[in-house]
Amino acid sequence: MSKVNLNTPEVPVRELRLGSITGFSGTAAGLVSCSNAGGLKDGSRSFSQCMGCSSGNAFCQLSMITDAAMVNHAPVGCAGDFFGYNFVYRVGQMERDLPPVIGRYFNTNIEEMDTVFGGARKLEATIRLAFERAKPKAIFVTTSCASGIIGDDVESVTNKMTRELGIPVVTCFCEGFKSKIWTSGFDSAYHSIVRKIVKPPEKKTNKVNIINFWGSDVFSGLLNKLGYEADYIVPFSTVAQLERISEAAATIQICPTLGTYLGAALEQVYGVPEIKAPVAYGLAGTDAWMRELGRVLDREQEIEEIIAVEKAAVLPKLEEYRARLTGTTCYITAGSAHGHALIALLRELGIDVQGAAIFHHDPVYDNGDPAADMLDHTVKTYGDVPNYNVCNKQAYELANILNRVRPDLMIARHGGMTHWGAKLGIPTLLIGDEHFSWGYQGLLNYAERILETLDNKEFVTNLAKHSTMPYTKWWMEQPPYTFLGGNVHVQAY
Amino acid sequence: MSKLIEQPRYSCALGVQQSVIAIHRAVPVVHAGPGCSTKIHGFLGQGEGYAGGSTIPCTNSSEAEIVFGGENKLRGVIHGAFKVIDADLFVVLTGCTSDIVGDDVGQVTREFQAAGKPVVYAETGGFKSNNYVSHDLIIKAIVEQYVDKFAADKTSVIPGLVNVFASVPYQDPYWIGNLQELKRILTGIGLTVSVLFGPESGGVEEWLSIPRAEFNIVVSAWPGLKSAQLLEAKYGTPFYHFPYLPVGGIETGRFLREVADFSSVDRAAAKAFIAEEERKFYTHIERTADFMLEFRYGLPRVFYTMLDASYAVGLAKYLLNELGILPAQTQYVVDNTPEEYRAAIVERFRTISSRRSANVEFVEDGGAIQEAIRLDKPAQRALILGSGWERDLAAELGADLLPVSVPITYRLILNCGYAGYNGGLRLIEDIYDRVLGTYR
Repeated sequence: MSKVNLNTPEVPVRELRLGSITGFSGTAAGLVSCSNAGGLKDGSRSFSQCMGCSSGNAFCQLSMITDAAMVNHAPVGCAGDFFGYNFVYRVGQMERDLPPVIGRYFNTNIEEMDTVFGGARKLEATIRLAFERAKPKAIFVTTSCASGIIGDDVESVTNKMTRELGIPVVTCFCEGFKSKIWTSGFDSAYHSIVRKIVKPPEKKTNKVNIINFWGSDVFSGLLNKLGYEADYIVPFSTVAQLERISEAAATIQICPTLGTYLGAALEQVYGVPEIKAPVAYGLAGTDAWMRELGRVLDREQEIEEIIAVEKAAVLPKLEEYRARLTGTTCYITAGSAHGHALIALLRELGIDVQGAAIFHHDPVYDNGDPAADMLDHTVKTYGDVPNYNVCNKQAYELANILNRVRPDLMIARHGGMTHWGAKLGIPTLLIGDEHFSWGYQGLLNYAERILETLDNKEFVTNLAKHSTMPYTKWWMEQPPYTFLGGNVHVQAY
Repeated sequence: MSKLIEQPRYSCALGVQQSVIAIHRAVPVVHAGPGCSTKIHGFLGQGEGYAGGSTIPCTNSSEAEIVFGGENKLRGVIHGAFKVIDADLFVVLTGCTSDIVGDDVGQVTREFQAAGKPVVYAETGGFKSNNYVSHDLIIKAIVEQYVDKFAADKTSVIPGLVNVFASVPYQDPYWIGNLQELKRILTGIGLTVSVLFGPESGGVEEWLSIPRAEFNIVVSAWPGLKSAQLLEAKYGTPFYHFPYLPVGGIETGRFLREVADFSSVDRAAAKAFIAEEERKFYTHIERTADFMLEFRYGLPRVFYTMLDASYAVGLAKYLLNELGILPAQTQYVVDNTPEEYRAAIVERFRTISSRRSANVEFVEDGGAIQEAIRLDKPAQRALILGSGWERDLAAELGADLLPVSVPITYRLILNCGYAGYNGGLRLIEDIYDRVLGTYR
């Protein structure tokens, strides 16, 4: 783990910074003990399916800053995610009662000649035009495999354009080939924000930064009671708002996989304390998180009262749900920290988690605090998880495992995964809003949705009857990690 | 002028992975950075089909492959793909990373070809072209590296057999419905039709009969033409070219009559089929003419197309000549039409009807088109035939929007298509459904 360094234009990728891995097969407790021992090995696959890349994850945060524009310095195919994020942005506007606004995203359209002669002039022209058309308060430039390999000096172009246009024009280095862990793109986005947008604090405020995606507002109620105000970042923030996040009283992360770098950067550079506790999923996690929040915000007494009131409201209902769900078997596929949180939550509901395919593993977060290790907390509190597999979205492994495990229920967090359960006739649930399961109430929310899903078997039963599987019979009979090997050594952190 | 693109409406050369997954039991093997394939899938198409989306084998090139070359990794992934994926044809496609660093993908593929495996390759590094252009490139790759090798008979022509090159799958959101209707009407005049892509096709097997066609049909402004020319040069198969999407009674009738004249089918039977289709089609137009003439609360009276060349011309002709909606002075073609085909498209808009002309501009930058339409401020109620990007523009102008171009997003499409007689009727339903939906 390296300290945040704002002098370098690029943040080191997670493999180098945190020792993160994308290949592991074993149990959750096994992974935790490997991680803690500091000698985690990565497994590489000799056969793999398509993944996501950093540029998409960087875009996912920066593209929803309401008064900024994006310039993607890439061939037009890299802009394939523009409309998807524009759609997410618009849905979020609806949920937050904001007026409908289109995302202002520009692609430099790198063509063959540019790979020969360089694309810097094209980039300059695009930035200028983006400025004229969108009148943004800042422009973020995301890089691509093509611009990275041909060696365009994007940083000097953005520096020049910053001077010319009088607004921050900021490079976000996120070439896809640089990292196997696409969440490295979040770090790139945050690095560019902390480096070029955030200003040193002038005063302290009663705001609490909440690093999140685009979920519902579950924090205002809690924080208002404590005399604080929720400030959701980065989607739906303005540039002016981001300039002042250094003045916040604390930083909360909805998901440490998302916010590990930004939380640590704000604390290391500007002294904004980060809440370093397991995320608030499941009773034990929520208790611990709430108490840590109370400690950091100096509201310990008030927090105890809130915990008591909320638990009293939730516990009887929770018992009812537990009685109905106990013994149900489930398999999970999700990103890292949110996956760990879901395991805790399902265990809390009495569900037997038979395994998990988690997209990557960070043995440590940027804050370096072992208290923030959600998987460690989950294993200690709820016991081990068998069939714990770190798999960067390899659907063939998932199809194989599901076919063996045949759980009563599958839970997925990311697109492109649910139908592997459904095709086998397994009721499958995807919840896009990670705030949905947050805190005490979240347990009930989730339990209700799970019961609905389990009860709704007609669609998957019929689908399973009529669907085809693109995997060979041979493959379905192999051990699921047949192509995982290599044990590529990862630098100890 | 800068070539930047705000609001893209097509993908890069690698976008052609969607053409591959449109062939039943064919699978792309992508040799590119992580993320490319997923972004393309997210942009083009709804649903992953048999083996698209998260199934697509990919090398996910990392720094090591950039520095040391990715040929070994590709070898491993192709090898694994044969074992893991249950498919009949594998199409290796390169991305920016492998094309810039210069991996010899041909050599790696040839090793598998030499072992008798059904695998072909094409260079589709994103920066090289776009998915309209590379669509012809993969047809060429499959024909030269697969069909030539595995087709049992390449010389004896089957009378009445035709290959149809029409939509670019997924790039044309209505490709399945369009191919379905084209196959239906061509079968109706007596032909045996290979559409090669989608559920109306026999899949990889059907590709093996390509050399035996009596002739080929290209229904498109330009994508597909190079394939027909290739097959003419290779197998001596002549081709008939209809340069836009035939929609509705007039153009579909023209298309079918010309095809029948080009072919060996029984003319009288073909004529009878066309007459019967026209009778049914015009029954609907006649039945609802009073609505179109009398609906007094407002219907769109002017249209803007922001579509690829095949759609722009096809829909413009239909809207003007059969529905009475007038073209705005300037129409926009967004597919980066190669220079050599532009004059013909300009001419088609100039003579859009016997008494009316429209100008056409070729612009790929959707943001620039929207600015131009905003400045144009149509005085009448307008119909915009564009993409999901036009939602705000339409709202601002009080216009009706029918998304025909990707990104489509606001609409789920199964077998809806706008080609032919049925497509024409469907288009009327869809346009007026949106229009009437604005009244409360």
